[in-house]
Amino acid sequence: MVGTMEDSVITLSGLTKRYGELVAVDHLSLTIKRGEIFGLLGPNGAGKSTTILMMLGLSEPSEGSANVCGVDPTREPILVKRKVGYLADDVGFYEDMNAVQNLMFTARLNQIPDDEARKEADRLLEQVGLSEAKHKKVGTYSRGMRQRLGLADVLIKRPEVIILDEPTLGLDPEGVKELMQLIRRLSRQEGMTVLLSSHQLHQVQEVCDRVGLFVKGKLLAQGDVGSLAKQLFPDEKIEIRFRISTATDELIGQIRGLEQVIDVEYDEKSEEWIMHSHTDLTHMVAELAVKNGARLLSLRQHDYGLDEIYLRYFEGGAA
Amino acid sequence: MNKRTFWVIVRKEVADYLHSWRFFILIGIIMLTCLGSLYTALSAISSSAAAADARIEFLFLRLFTVSNGTVPSFLSFITFLGPLLGIGLGFDAINSERNKGTLSRILAQPVPRDYVINAKFVAALAVIGTMFLALGLLVMGLGIIVTGIELSFEEFLRILSYLLMSLVYVAFWLNLSILFSVLFKQPATAALAGIAVWLFFSVFYNMIVELLGKALVPSEVTLESLLNYESIMMFLMRLSPSYLFGEVTTTLLYPTVNTLGSSILASQNEFFMIPDTPLSFLQSLLVSWPQLTAMIAATLICFAISYYIFMRQEIRSRS
Repeated sequence: MVGTMEDSVITLSGLTKRYGELVAVDHLSLTIKRGEIFGLLGPNGAGKSTTILMMLGLSEPSEGSANVCGVDPTREPILVKRKVGYLADDVGFYEDMNAVQNLMFTARLNQIPDDEARKEADRLLEQVGLSEAKHKKVGTYSRGMRQRLGLADVLIKRPEVIILDEPTLGLDPEGVKELMQLIRRLSRQEGMTVLLSSHQLHQVQEVCDRVGLFVKGKLLAQGDVGSLAKQLFPDEKIEIRFRISTATDELIGQIRGLEQVIDVEYDEKSEEWIMHSHTDLTHMVAELAVKNGARLLSLRQHDYGLDEIYLRYFEGGAA
Repeated sequence: MNKRTFWVIVRKEVADYLHSWRFFILIGIIMLTCLGSLYTALSAISSSAAAADARIEFLFLRLFTVSNGTVPSFLSFITFLGPLLGIGLGFDAINSERNKGTLSRILAQPVPRDYVINAKFVAALAVIGTMFLALGLLVMGLGIIVTGIELSFEEFLRILSYLLMSLVYVAFWLNLSILFSVLFKQPATAALAGIAVWLFFSVFYNMIVELLGKALVPSEVTLESLLNYESIMMFLMRLSPSYLFGEVTTTLLYPTVNTLGSSILASQNEFFMIPDTPLSFLQSLLVSWPQLTAMIAATLICFAISYYIFMRQEIRSRS
């Protein structure tokens, strides 16, 4: 392996993809270092797959450029595909061939000599736990087995980088856990850089060294999972949501006048008042409401964390 | 880029065909019908050979063209079933790989994209070619054994080139169905589209041309208007690939056919003082050369369109 751990393996600068009016990926700039596991997180339709296709040279960027392992994938897609293994979100195998035959086909396409490939296939199938089923037709495999076979399929060409698009899609929690641990173990063992995309924040946070939050074609934040919240909600330390029976201007004015309050706004959707402040002012709000003769219907403090990121960006889809 | 990966794909495709039920069904249909037609041809030949003087030239070629009225001849069977074979082998070439998710897996390997579509075409053609050659040689061999007629070298050449022309004809339909398999996501749609075109040309096209012909009949009968009408009708007929193929095979298998230009000329041999003697093989080939060129051109056009569309398509997993 050339270079140090700090080398960047994937560099995207201003990468943009437009489909007519729709901007699928909007000026994405990202650097992934050698040997790290990077999670590209975002809700469905955020442009993750499109980004990955552009990195592989399977789709042409409308603007900007990508550099993967020192190669421009748009100009030299073949060279990139030699160095990068790609596992699609819903990987397909030739159903009437067995696992070994499928792997051998991939190996031949990568011009690996047959005897070498056969040994490698056996070794990898052992690693992903498919040794016993390796002579069964892939048509009989379960979803989890397919994903594991997919991993072996990606690894057989000994790539420098592996890109996994939604590898956990459709797996049960146990299967997800196993697969993620497998990915982590294999990448450490083989010294590979891993880029994985997912919309399951909770599932991938454990294995990723770094994650990037990707919403509507834009990278909103990157870093380790803990720092995401800080990046996304830098000023908003505490959010308090409350409902009161009669919200007079005076009462709201008084709340606004409290120390440390950033803003107080009415959210019509949830019929709640949302207050942002630097410190916990729950008791003050309650006190003021009572003093003004209003009944306090609900009062709760809101933390910013993974769940908030999830709610804000993933489930609603609206930022 | 190394050509070896191309042959890896071809090999896999050929193996796929040889393992598929579909191929055996198609080959079974064609085998049975051809043997049936051979049987009737043999019985027709022995009666006609006994009746007519022994001077009948190219008696052996009649094995392919003669029928006793109950079962069509080898020639008309191939004209009719050839397209079905082409459509049958090509209609799911691209779209089924796409639906199974294997296309994106192949394209993630260091393989130029056009290898996939080229290999599909070459593999299908190789399979059909081998089959036709085997079938032709089988008919020839059986003919020699049963009738005891000796096969002249010229007849052999004519039959061989006839088989080659059939291959070109089937290649046209193969390419048409590969085109549909690139265009339509569902294999069933592609198959239906192919069959629709096939039925159109083999059943409806003649009727349409006839109808048009009735409408276009010149009101004034002069030599000029007649010839003009004749050439328009000829042009319309020749838009149909099966008509072109019919013309090519007629010249090859009926050595006495010496013109394809006009039915007036052909039916008035004596008037135009065209000798009734058989042409040599090369001259027959020369007569049908424009038709052959047109058939190859049509094949190439279909292939070029599918190639162009396929190269520009975005390949996502299973979509």
